[in-house]
Amino acid sequence: MLHIYCPHCAETREEEEFRPKGEAHIARPVEPEATSDEDWGNYLFFRKNPRGLHHELWYHAAGCRKFFNVTRDTVSYQIHETYKVGQKPSVTADKGAAK
Amino acid sequence: MSEIAQMDLNPRGAVKSESPLAMTRVNVVLAASARDAGVVVREKPFLGHLVLRGRAEDEAFRAGVERVLGLALPLALGPVARDEARGVSLQWMSPDEWLIVVPAGLEFDAEAALRRELTGHYAVMNTSGGQTVLELTGPKVRELLMKCTPYDVHPRAFPVGKGVSSVFAKSSAVIRRVDEERWELVIRRSFADYLYRWILDAAEEFGVFVSPSESAGSVEHRMAREAAVEGR
Repeated sequence: MLHIYCPHCAETREEEEFRPKGEAHIARPVEPEATSDEDWGNYLFFRKNPRGLHHELWYHAAGCRKFFNVTRDTVSYQIHETYKVGQKPSVTADKGAAK
Repeated sequence: MSEIAQMDLNPRGAVKSESPLAMTRVNVVLAASARDAGVVVREKPFLGHLVLRGRAEDEAFRAGVERVLGLALPLALGPVARDEARGVSLQWMSPDEWLIVVPAGLEFDAEAALRRELTGHYAVMNTSGGQTVLELTGPKVRELLMKCTPYDVHPRAFPVGKGVSSVFAKSSAVIRRVDEERWELVIRRSFADYLYRWILDAAEEFGVFVSPSESAGSVEHRMAREAAVEGR
């Protein structure tokens, strides 16, 4: 079981209280009608599946029912940080994860 | 005569057979009295439940809530603001959501007062019909909760006064610690039957006693309600 720190509750809670919601930081095209079919398809359906650091959206379903972001290593399952929606991650692949 | 192996699926005697309703444990063995029980279950029905949404950083919103309820708005997860004498409590549920519980019959007036006092971006919803409160008392309640929720109910993580929302028996519930050996669960109506039976089943090993709830259409409840209506 993962222990996940909810930045809204300011507590570490059991994984069972959360739901993963896929990749984070997906920006909706500003002008959908001017977006090509390929770009729109990529926005709707195509997701990253990295081996290593991944920024994900999680939902605290049984707690505060808020969304937040998680930076997780998909190999070791280690969670490097959690941060609120709208904030930028401090741990990224190019900055390197602190082991 | 065809070559079919036929099995007797109800071998009486050797193997215990159970009806599909065998797990419906409405008839758990109850303790003789509340004093013999490790867990005493009591429903506190018909309380007024209001869900309040608003902006915690708005000073006027915080002041308005405090004027109406006489309780300061909690701004983070932790202690539930509570006035035991008046039976009013105010719990942080999320950065922009609070649960207000008021005595039976007073929810209409509480909502009206909030709507009178609050301005700007807020919402009040009366959810009294959608949830109920179960009170659990006794020396074994903490052990019972350990069987039901992944949340840490050790005094270190769950001091008296605290209230959290978490997974409870694969469903969810709001868990509040009122006193050393007194806890409250705020549960949803559609899960109430399931959770009630789950709790009785889980508490059977500690000795469980169901204490009659004080109102359920009792005279005092009706009178309180009528008095509240007349006062409007």
